[in-house]
Amino acid sequence: MHYSGFRVIKEALTGHKGWGPAWRDVAPQKDYDYVIIGGGGHGLAAAYYLAREFGGKRIAVVEKGWLGGGNVGRNTTIVRSNYLLDGNAPFYEFSLKLWEGLEKELNYNAMVSQRGILNLVHTDAQRDAARRRGNAMILNGSDAELLDTEGVRKLYPFLNYDNARFPIKGGLLHRRGGTVRHDAVAWGYARAADRLGVDIIQNCEVTGFKIEAGKVLGVETTRGYIGAGKVASSVAGSSSRVMAMAGMRVPIESHVLQAFVSEALKPTIPGVITYGAGHFYCSQSDKGGLVFGGDIDGYNSYASRGNLPVVEDVIESGVSLIPAIGRVRLLRSWGGIMDMSMDGSPFIDKTHIEGLYFNGGWCYGGFKATPAAGWCLAHLLAKDTPHETATAYRLDRFRTGHAVDEKGQGAQPNLH
Amino acid sequence: MLIPHPLLGLRDAAEFTYLGDAALIERPEGDIENAQDVFHNYLFLRDNPAGEHRELWFHEQGDRSWLVVTRNTVTHEIIKAELARDVAIQKGRST
Ligand SMILES: Cc1cc2nc3c(=O)[nH]c(=O)nc-3n(C[C@H](O)[C@H](O)[C@H](O)COP(=O)(O)OP(=O)(O)OC[C@H]3O[C@@H](n4cnc5c(N)ncnc54)[C@H](O)[C@@H]3O)c2cc1C
Repeated sequence: MHYSGFRVIKEALTGHKGWGPAWRDVAPQKDYDYVIIGGGGHGLAAAYYLAREFGGKRIAVVEKGWLGGGNVGRNTTIVRSNYLLDGNAPFYEFSLKLWEGLEKELNYNAMVSQRGILNLVHTDAQRDAARRRGNAMILNGSDAELLDTEGVRKLYPFLNYDNARFPIKGGLLHRRGGTVRHDAVAWGYARAADRLGVDIIQNCEVTGFKIEAGKVLGVETTRGYIGAGKVASSVAGSSSRVMAMAGMRVPIESHVLQAFVSEALKPTIPGVITYGAGHFYCSQSDKGGLVFGGDIDGYNSYASRGNLPVVEDVIESGVSLIPAIGRVRLLRSWGGIMDMSMDGSPFIDKTHIEGLYFNGGWCYGGFKATPAAGWCLAHLLAKDTPHETATAYRLDRFRTGHAVDEKGQGAQPNLH
Repeated sequence: MLIPHPLLGLRDAAEFTYLGDAALIERPEGDIENAQDVFHNYLFLRDNPAGEHRELWFHEQGDRSWLVVTRNTVTHEIIKAELARDVAIQKGRST
């Protein structure tokens, strides 16, 4: 069924009896050409582009829980193309361009909102770094504007400008950045993939691989064995566990990141703002809640929930930047497990096992990457060569000395 | 999380900073034949289990000792904390 304004009106007048399920509920077949493990944003996008752009047939996405239950439904929904390094910038710009056309492409309202992201600066050194980053962004085809204090004040009059230690000296504004309704992305890709014949199999956990003579033949699941020509793992925070079933160790640690949402307020924060003196980023959802987050908890975790010191730290940062939110009540907080890589950058690569592919290491920034990660994984699956924007995301890059360390922190996952 | 420091008793985990997999104690020798491989694996391919994990914590806001903490990464339960120095000595490494 095609979604449209006309359809909404028609259904409203006829008691909403015509809406069908957005995708089929299917049982796994005996075998497929392609099995993608993980029904998060990346896995679903990969299945969609594989069918749509690369002529893939007989594709299945197997998901251990329900669609949208992983990080794709837990993130703070920020999308941006403000990377500095050559290995990253073209990829994230490609992704942002795909976001810009996504809703038409999928015929699904994902609430893509290019409301602008403002990274605040508080020192001369930060301003210099922002100018450098802004120039790099413009050179790579993205957009950036350096604002002075007055420029920031026009957009956000209510910030704490005269903090004695961290006065606001300006900010780097990335107007095309913004937010996207996160679980609508999963649903939109699922529906569009399903319409192209992709089987989406929920409640189906992969429990092992069948590998013979260095070639993958299929996956063992809680719903039986599924044969496959090619298998791709796209399981975010579970990457180490799933790849361990294939006997592989990957340069990833799993960490928990928390997110928070406040009670609904009247429109207050028009765009996305990030604090430069503490780790805090914030936007306002269309329902009115302030959606915000900060640092990861910092220790290996698979618990999907964090601890109180980080809650305190994030909220302290928030109140020091926006004193007015001191009286706002917190509605909910939650955590998601992220695949923190050793240099803070992801992997989209083949493995040494024939037919087994890996997409992971997305850290806390993989939501914005969803369309491009899906596209590039599909490209790799179909053609066995990396997409031109994803050539840096190799699994062996630490061995060859080609780390992509945007923050310059070294091999310390909890600092990226 | 409260970490049972062997000398100081229960301490808030917020007093510590976290380094990672305790295997980092076992730094390979630099002059071995396949050093490049061994160092790659030492630095980049760490343990990341769902379950019991041995890991290095530094008591930065306390006595500045390094601990090896055994912790369950699924429940956050802390099973054991030892001085990293003692662990290193047991492994025959110099202090
Ligand atoms: C709190 C939080 C805030 C974030 N904020 C942002 C942000 O503002 N901007 C941004 O760009 N990124 C953000 N991220 C990161 C982003 O959400 C992730 O990098 C991205 O969603 C990961 O890709 P995914 O959507 O495919 O992952 P997921 O949705 O986690 O998908 C992986 C799926 O694999 C499934 N799976 C795991 N093991 C198996 C198995 N054995 N068999 C079958 N299925 C399995 C899981 O159930 C899961 O559904 C945030 C993350 C968190 C946790």
